[in-house]
Amino acid sequence: MAANATANVFNIQRFSVHDGDGIRTTVFFSGCPLSCLWCHNPEGESATPSLLYNAEKCVGCGRCADVCPNGAISLSGGRAAEDFARCAACGECVPVCQADARAIAGKPMTVDEIVKVCVADRMFYEQSGGGVTLSGGEVMAKSLDFLLPLLRELQYEDIGVNIDTSGYAPYEKFSAVLPYTDAFLYDIKSVDGELHRRLTGVDNARILSNLRALSDDGARIIIRVPVIEPAANCTEDAMDALARVLDGVRYERVHLLPYHNTGVYKRKSLGWLSSDTFETPSGELMEALRARLSARGVRDVRIGG
Amino acid sequence: MTDRVKRLREISTTAVPSISMERAKYFTEAYKMWEGSVSVPEMRALALRHFMENRSLYIERGELIVGEKGDRPQAAPTFPELCCHTVEDLQIMNDREIIFFKNTEEQREWHAKEIIPYWENRSIRHRILSVMTDEWRDAYAAGIFTEFMEQRGPGHTVCSDKIYNKGFADYKKDIADAIAALDYQHDPEAYRRREQLTAMSIACDAIITLGHRYEALARELAKSETDEAWKSDLLTIADNCAVVPEHAPQTFHQALQMYWFVHLCVTSELNPWDAYSPGRLDQHVYPFYRHDVERGVLDDDRALELLECLWVKFNNQPAPPKVGVTLKESGTYTDFANINTGGITPDGEDGVNPVSYLILDCMDEMKLLQPSSNVQISRKTPNKFLMRACEIASKGWGQPAFYNTEAIISELMAAGKSLADARKGGTSGCVETGAFGNEAYILTGYFNIPKILELTLYNGYDHYTGKTIGLQLGSPEDFDSYEKLYDAFCRQMEHFIDIKLTGSAVIERIYADYMPVPFLSIITNDCIATGKDYNAGGARYNTSYLQGVGIGTITDSLSSIKRHVYDNHDFTLRELVDAMETNFENAPDMFHTIRSATPFYGNDDDYADDIMKDVFNFYQKTVTGRPNVRGGQYRVNMLPTTCHVYFGEVMLASPNGRLAAKPVSEGISPDKGADTHGPTAVIRSCAKMDHLRTGGTLLNQKFTPAVLAGKDGLSNLAALIRSYFAMDGHHIQFNVVDRQTLLDAQAHPDEYRDLIVRVAGYSDHFRNLSRALQDEIIERTEQNFG
Repeated sequence: MAANATANVFNIQRFSVHDGDGIRTTVFFSGCPLSCLWCHNPEGESATPSLLYNAEKCVGCGRCADVCPNGAISLSGGRAAEDFARCAACGECVPVCQADARAIAGKPMTVDEIVKVCVADRMFYEQSGGGVTLSGGEVMAKSLDFLLPLLRELQYEDIGVNIDTSGYAPYEKFSAVLPYTDAFLYDIKSVDGELHRRLTGVDNARILSNLRALSDDGARIIIRVPVIEPAANCTEDAMDALARVLDGVRYERVHLLPYHNTGVYKRKSLGWLSSDTFETPSGELMEALRARLSARGVRDVRIGG
Repeated sequence: MTDRVKRLREISTTAVPSISMERAKYFTEAYKMWEGSVSVPEMRALALRHFMENRSLYIERGELIVGEKGDRPQAAPTFPELCCHTVEDLQIMNDREIIFFKNTEEQREWHAKEIIPYWENRSIRHRILSVMTDEWRDAYAAGIFTEFMEQRGPGHTVCSDKIYNKGFADYKKDIADAIAALDYQHDPEAYRRREQLTAMSIACDAIITLGHRYEALARELAKSETDEAWKSDLLTIADNCAVVPEHAPQTFHQALQMYWFVHLCVTSELNPWDAYSPGRLDQHVYPFYRHDVERGVLDDDRALELLECLWVKFNNQPAPPKVGVTLKESGTYTDFANINTGGITPDGEDGVNPVSYLILDCMDEMKLLQPSSNVQISRKTPNKFLMRACEIASKGWGQPAFYNTEAIISELMAAGKSLADARKGGTSGCVETGAFGNEAYILTGYFNIPKILELTLYNGYDHYTGKTIGLQLGSPEDFDSYEKLYDAFCRQMEHFIDIKLTGSAVIERIYADYMPVPFLSIITNDCIATGKDYNAGGARYNTSYLQGVGIGTITDSLSSIKRHVYDNHDFTLRELVDAMETNFENAPDMFHTIRSATPFYGNDDDYADDIMKDVFNFYQKTVTGRPNVRGGQYRVNMLPTTCHVYFGEVMLASPNGRLAAKPVSEGISPDKGADTHGPTAVIRSCAKMDHLRTGGTLLNQKFTPAVLAGKDGLSNLAALIRSYFAMDGHHIQFNVVDRQTLLDAQAHPDEYRDLIVRVAGYSDHFRNLSRALQDEIIERTEQNFG
């Protein structure tokens, strides 16, 4: 339990204004137990670093192939082709790429290193009521040996923390981080267990029970629900089911988040093949869903954010 | 907006900019009549009076504030005693595609016959250019610096509340008292003071005459007017002009008219940079507003309409026509009259009052280029005011800009002003700090900091002019450490600052002796008391500014050299210098290494930001505190107007990968594309500069509209501003427009005639910007985080 504990971080975004109140710094940790088909941050799914390669940018110079120690790169059709199975994400190919088509997502950072970046924007948090959001991947998949030192350091610095989570972790962990957490941004991908398994690869029973437990323990909870056509939360029935789940849960507000396709090119860049296609829901549909949820007694339903 | 204002606004925004020859005619007539028989200050005042006695008047139907600089809206007078245009100059002004001023064949012929023969060899510009040294000329030709006073007069000053408490008949009396008190036996300057004071008295007559001529014209027009409403307005105008400017204003309406007459006289007497500004207008006119509202003769609708009529007047006056380098450093119709709203009172309390909100409403409704409108945000400023200002800023056209009241006060006090004078101060022009009504703070020129490094790397040789113009301090092989190179860069900078300031000493003397401004001196403390002219050190405070340009580009260039040449040995300095000469065409790998692996300024990275601090501190220290000829000192600003485009044009590619002839960075903003960590990192980097030791810095940020949408977006914008100001940042301004819109506007200018963007301390129509400047704004980093 030391400040030199490390975790892989694939991005730290400053001036993050859609992950909680005010101006925030969001730390994205690598590694997620879920594998949502529409994942926006697929580079965060693996707990170890991953190579991102954008073939559309490639100019075919071949320097990456020359330096690759694992023989994972070949040239075909004037472009580099990546054999992701052989790639060790060592990063040798990144600086030599003349087209900046390559990047490594995820690097180990110590608690001190993360806190140093977070503290830089303290003035902005104080002026805006913001703070730090821990996200991922799945931050709750990190060990408490890492999380508690990080949270204690941030508490010492008087920086408020939001935890953005899928809810899929043992409740003991939630219980342990609760004293250090201002709010949980709590995702509900689907209240239908079977659908949840199909879309994310895991069951939602633990997610929903953790939600109730957090509520009982007095956590401040902000619910976030992705709306994805045609896969999830895009029908009035789904809203009705969601309303039933939320009945008896103490939450502050609910955000309906329309799907956007920024994850698509990243999935390609990771060499993922997917036959699933998803659509961004229309503004009218979002409004209809919001109205339905409100009509079922869910309070403060917002679109986006 | 009322129909009246709509119509006036339409006339203002559609009138074609043109040249008005009237001022040149009457000033030249006056010089022919009196030059040699009276003192220089009296000559200047007589010329102004002669112009005001004879110039044509203009009252547009429906307007409530009267007076134009030219003979009609958007007609710009010329100032041949300062800059005598050639016939070719006039032809170019007529023909050029942007920032044109239409003039006729007949005008050009008249100008050739009446103006050129009298002024061509005796204009101030001619005098300046003929006495500058060769090394000054070489540096000027190479674009190391520009010279502000070569086509326009020193000005950069702002009105205090003086003109609202007394009329010019009262000032005539003060001047007469000062003359009577002169002590010829003990003061060897007494006679010179009498000449100056006599000139001020004549200048009082000039403005009083103008007022009475407008009074007479309005009464005359009213006589034959059949529209009862307009007739009544004309009589109100006549009644107002019977009071101001001869006497102190009694009503809100008269207070605004008083300011406008003063503005016309300051900007007719000479063509001072940044025109003239009402300064803390909300506080100055608030007593009139309150009095009129309490008497039941004014309500907010009427007050807003009157303010809007004044706004139209500002917008009707394009900046004086410029040519050559001066056009390049300030390629705009905007004349930089800049109104400060909010801030604190002279007693140190929150200065926001009901007129402050009306001015914000006026800004929002009018969406005009001029006046440049800004808000001063103090720790005491209510959030309601800040949020309303943010709401207007989020509409995307660059106004209002935001200034930090506490920083302004600290800057002024660090420069020796009293707390009382500092609290009444603010910013004018783009971002320049001044003690309003008490200070002549004169901008002398822009200084091209990145080009100093280029000259150092090429051992003093300038590729643009093909001459060795700098100190020869060694070839790249001689600089075997970063410290040696940096030291040579500093010596080179000092050398050119010496050249620039030597030239400025001569130029300031020329203005002091040959181009006094008795009218401006009446309204600037303490010119009457000292019997000295504004241009000769008569103001209470006398500052000269040298504006540093390109801090982002120079920081990134030095960071690139330090990292790649000296830390990592990626390439040698010789290889870099050779690559710069080929615009990196022979060195694509080097170019890629520089662009992808250099710590750049604007990312809250101390590696680069420490270099920024070194360069800024050296520049600041080298300039600040040097004496000027008016008894004051030099200080620095960090702002470019449009000069960052010109300074880029005269340069090779630079070590940070900026390509040849491309603009250098503007203000203290990071170079384009260098900042990749969002606005908070930019602000943190910029705040590492010690703003309080400057007379103003300029930071531009560009946001996509989505980031600032909704109440939360505005709250976050307000928090960004408060945070930057808590870190002593001086100024920040925003463009809120997406890249696609700008590209489309570039392709289809006619469909975007109203698109206004923030350039650098002012806003301009996108269509009126040069292609290079349009590109520069499009390429500015867009903060679409979130």
